[in-house]
Amino acid sequence: MGIRTLLGMLAIALAVIGLLATNENYSLFLPALLEGAVLTIEIAVLSCLLAVVMGVLAALARMYGPAPLRWLATVYVEIFRGTSALVQLFWLFFVLPQFGVTLDAFLVAVLALGLNVGAYGSEVVRGAVLAVGRGQWEASTALNMSRAQMLRRIILPQAFVAMIPPWGNLFIELLKSTALVSLITLSDLAFKAQQMNQTTLKTIPIFTLVLLIYLAMSLVLTIAMRLLEKRASLGLARGRTV
Amino acid sequence: MIWDWAFTFEILPVLARAAIVSIEATLLGFAIAASLGLVLAVVRIAVPWTGWTISVLVELIRSTPLLIQIFFLYFVFPKFGVVLDAFTAGVLAIGIHYAAYCSEVYRAGFDNIHRGQWEASIALNLSSWTTFRDVIIPQAIPPIVPALGNYLVALFKETPLLSAIAVLELMQTAKIIGSETFRYTEPITLVGLFFLAMSLVSAALIRSLEGALNRRTVR
Repeated sequence: MGIRTLLGMLAIALAVIGLLATNENYSLFLPALLEGAVLTIEIAVLSCLLAVVMGVLAALARMYGPAPLRWLATVYVEIFRGTSALVQLFWLFFVLPQFGVTLDAFLVAVLALGLNVGAYGSEVVRGAVLAVGRGQWEASTALNMSRAQMLRRIILPQAFVAMIPPWGNLFIELLKSTALVSLITLSDLAFKAQQMNQTTLKTIPIFTLVLLIYLAMSLVLTIAMRLLEKRASLGLARGRTV
Repeated sequence: MIWDWAFTFEILPVLARAAIVSIEATLLGFAIAASLGLVLAVVRIAVPWTGWTISVLVELIRSTPLLIQIFFLYFVFPKFGVVLDAFTAGVLAIGIHYAAYCSEVYRAGFDNIHRGQWEASIALNLSSWTTFRDVIIPQAIPPIVPALGNYLVALFKETPLLSAIAVLELMQTAKIIGSETFRYTEPITLVGLFFLAMSLVSAALIRSLEGALNRRTVR
């Protein structure tokens, strides 16, 4: 779907939210929902950062680490990809305290979502690194670069471009997964919605607004990633034509 | 004692029964996703003017959280007179959500069919129904089995979301056991292990299915 269509959809979504806000029935819920949306965004941003760090570390450990580190990374990836995000969230929230480690709900949310998406991300990073042309590796070896130099200066900058679209998909998945944190008592967008639904029973306005707010957030993210991709691949095209 | 084996064996049968509900939800949800996704993808090609509507619809479904969609079906639909019980609402929401993803997978499969196949079908004066059923779909499905398989596993891992509307599947059962006995360690860990085992097994199954299909279709 083209970037224009996406921008159009975003404009429509925002316009509908604005239009609904003029209605008494809807405007009543908007402040609390937006407050929840702020928490959603905070959790999403922090866990995106954690996911990228974990993704790169796990991928590098799996490809170049010494054997124990490689196994550790493999176990991490398989466990976090193999179990459901909600189970991980509950495990960190309910089970970890039994082992004497009590984390507050916000930290649990960021950790669980970040580690979960990081596991998927490590495969993205691995794929992108392996997709860098063989000549690049050979040339770096011929120039007598150390492996760290090779990765940092030659391989990762090129792999970065190939990683953007799949990471964009993962970020959107992550943004949507933040709705799960409402189930471990965090008052994010989904939590506020449920809470107000239980007290006021005005189900239609509340959930319509929530869907629209999530839609607007995902669209902003999609558009941002598209722009980043465009920019990054522009550089690559210029580089290749030389 | 952090881990109580006696308690573990006591709750195992209860969790095993709940696992059946999870698996039922997965299979029903995937049946909806796979068939509705196929319908969306075929309609998009067969009736060109629906293309834009369907892509907006798919984008809408993919851009909003599944949890909210489940709530929407369960809480909002009754206001319009459509009362669904929790299991139906949950399975329907999961099915429709993944139908949006699957329709994109099918589309990729259809796009990969050589143009000559479409042209030959037109030249042979086949109806679009026959073209899809006998020419396009049999060729399009084998290469996309792995992608569909990924979504089957992903869908399976989304079923704990049904606990949010109190469907008695694995997660909900584990939570109830936890709140009754104040022991969360065993039930939730067991649920995690169960999902891990099922995911690994189904990943292996999909890989072997993929191998079998690739051997059959020589390309």
